Amino acid sequence: MCLAVPVKIVSIDGDEAETEIAGVRRRVSIALTPEAKIGDYVLLHTGYAIGVIAEAEAEETLKLLEEIANLSEVH
Amino acid sequence: MKFIDEYQDSKLAKGLVCRIAKHSTQGIRLMEFCGGHTHAILRYGIRQLVPETVEMRSGPGCPVCVTATADLDKAIALAHLPHVIITTFGDMMRVPGSYSSLQQAKAEGRDVRIVYSTIDALEIAENNPEKSVIFIGIGFETTAPTIAASVLKAQRERITNFYVLSLNKLTPPVMKALLDSGEIKLDGIVCPGHVSVIIGSHPYEFIPENYGVACVISGFEPLDILLCVDKLVEQIERGEPKVEIAYRRGVHPEGNGKARQLMEDVFEIGEANWRGVGIVPQSGLRVRGKYEQFDADKAFSVSLKPPREPKGCRCGDVIRGAATPRECGLFGEVCTPESPVGPCMVSGEGACAAYYQYGTPEDS
Repeated sequence: MCLAVPVKIVSIDGDEAETEIAGVRRRVSIALTPEAKIGDYVLLHTGYAIGVIAEAEAEETLKLLEEIANLSEVH
Repeated sequence: MKFIDEYQDSKLAKGLVCRIAKHSTQGIRLMEFCGGHTHAILRYGIRQLVPETVEMRSGPGCPVCVTATADLDKAIALAHLPHVIITTFGDMMRVPGSYSSLQQAKAEGRDVRIVYSTIDALEIAENNPEKSVIFIGIGFETTAPTIAASVLKAQRERITNFYVLSLNKLTPPVMKALLDSGEIKLDGIVCPGHVSVIIGSHPYEFIPENYGVACVISGFEPLDILLCVDKLVEQIERGEPKVEIAYRRGVHPEGNGKARQLMEDVFEIGEANWRGVGIVPQSGLRVRGKYEQFDADKAFSVSLKPPREPKGCRCGDVIRGAATPRECGLFGEVCTPESPVGPCMVSGEGACAAYYQYGTPEDS
């Protein structure tokens, strides 16, 4: 129910957008995320984009995880 | 797939597992609120990856599971009204009500259709103007804005044969109810990621403040959950419970204001009946009076027999975290995904279904 998957916006038409994930295209509503732009990744839940993924935050988290992994190898 | 594969890397997971083991000294009990987390935890063997000091319990975060039998009976009764099409998310179909199920109603010739989205339900309404199309609105804050958006679209496009039976529920009030009951002691909560995309992190702040319980919002990939457990362990070991976000690519502290605005426009807050928990004040969403033409509760009346709970089923205890699925005498013998007795074995987010599908005998 609360499942949401990241999909990439390829085009926008009013409050609808064409999105793509792993080669599959789907039309979704962006009525809940009017700030979404072409190229953004959004979290898709039951046909609606419910949030725009913050790419900079995603990179920060991965950097942190890599630091933790490197530290655990040292010790 | 971007934003998925990176968070399943085993080398990075190993780093987190080592760190958690190093920091965890005292026995603690965490609850993952969300059924999506329960499934990921069982699927990726996270209970086996964390040290024995960390116990993980499933919570009430499965919308299908927490739907009260009486509400399910109402949905089934609506399906028996003439000229009605019921539209519902698939998980609801096989949940046994007191006397029937939506699937049984369909088998008896009633028009019950599975939809992926409220957008599909609206389309069915447009294509069937002579029928009343009722959407069974279940879900938490993640889903409620999408249902609100469908009501607003129906109004805008003058789709007058579309109705919502709102059984939507709110997350923080039921967390409060569980903590107030004191039935099980918790040290930390793995807070739901996609609910938090909408509500942000502030609505959980009363939990560390009033109950001293740590709260970390988690994503759904294995590294997200391990990072969340790591932060929870760290908070608890330090004795400094607070609300943190371990899913920063998805969750902003303020949440999604637009989605909340739509939800607040269409719905008002009232009490709700939760399976296993009972009536929880301020935990349900009802369609506001100004949108009553779309409110199935106002538009239709059905007479219901008193609800009956399935005999021997411990879904209620599992929902509250008071029992694990294997502690139910029906688990895996009488109650299986093929022949479920209670909703926790039906739903793709139900704890019993997760334990059945992925669990090992050690997942007690």
